[in-house]
Amino acid sequence: MPVLATYALRLGDDALVLSHRLGEWISAAPAIEEDIALGNIGLDLIGQARALLTYAGEVEGRGRSEDDLAYLRDERDFANVALVEIPNGDFGVTIARQLAFSVYQLGLYERLQGSADATLAGVAGKAVKEVAYHRDHAVQWVLRLGDGTEESHRRMQSGLDTVWPYVDELFDGDEVEQSLAAQGVAVEPAGLRGEWSASVEAVIAEATLDQPTPRWRSRGSRQGIHTESLGLLLAEMQHLHRSHPGASW
Amino acid sequence: MAGAPNGGSASDDQDRLQVHAEGGHGAVPTAGVPIHEPGGPARDWPLWEVFVRARRGLSHSHVGSLHAPDATMALRNARDVYTRRQEGVSLWVVPAGMITASSPDEKDQFFDPAADKIYRHPTFYDVPAGVDHL
Repeated sequence: MPVLATYALRLGDDALVLSHRLGEWISAAPAIEEDIALGNIGLDLIGQARALLTYAGEVEGRGRSEDDLAYLRDERDFANVALVEIPNGDFGVTIARQLAFSVYQLGLYERLQGSADATLAGVAGKAVKEVAYHRDHAVQWVLRLGDGTEESHRRMQSGLDTVWPYVDELFDGDEVEQSLAAQGVAVEPAGLRGEWSASVEAVIAEATLDQPTPRWRSRGSRQGIHTESLGLLLAEMQHLHRSHPGASW
Repeated sequence: MAGAPNGGSASDDQDRLQVHAEGGHGAVPTAGVPIHEPGGPARDWPLWEVFVRARRGLSHSHVGSLHAPDATMALRNARDVYTRRQEGVSLWVVPAGMITASSPDEKDQFFDPAADKIYRHPTFYDVPAGVDHL
């Protein structure tokens, strides 16, 4: 697969897998308003995923559509980071994950708007406004839960602690990003870390929470080495398409 | 949203807000609306009335209500619940308890006397072309 297709697939799989996780909250969120908020964020991510997977398929040149890539690949072929596949946990875990990912994705898309690749620049230019709202949603909740009741503080802290081992991986990058960044096409994730840390640490401090200090970190998801939970997620996400290939309504 | 199921029980039903005004979107609670107690489970969140301006030049119109812990979150919930299909360019949220509504008991004395005053309607001259939303 051309490196550009791999890169589009990495970005697209992040959006696709997280959108599925957020969809799992519908009817189960703490309030119906939050069902809709998380559903909206998930739909924004689906829109991004569709554009990116379609583009990955075009660049690859083997005739694979967005549906082929979303529904007919196996776990080892998914290139998302582990952060987006971890189970929703309670609302605190989900909000911690939203904070970590949306701040990362906002920094990424802000830069990708200037990509030498017109399609990636276009996707990023449209998505950057969506993701600014996703970040705002997460920040508002972290502040309220962190600086809320004793229980909300404890659970928000626990959410951060659960999510933080998966954060470092966001900024790893490898030769795919390096070679494309040299052509002005991709963004090297390592360069996003400083801004991300400053932004997230400020929110955590204002929310009276503690910066987690994880003792281990995830690796290898971009290369297809995933946590157990991705397989379960894909089983649910893909089973309809695989049971009824080509079905539509 | 007002009256939406939130895993309610029989005791919740007894606590449910009393709605006194006309039905439909005109319904606003006139008593028992908690507006100063953020936090707690969703069913304890205060109720907010939502007004959307569909486009420049129009007034904000009441579109419905929702629950939110505070004004900042109420605006965000309103954005998600009521404008996700391009319904608006501006939003107001108002604590439902801050609205004073007319009572159905006063309907006759409030509104019936207007019914036979045709001379109050400006129906005796033509509206110039190009004047919209009058």
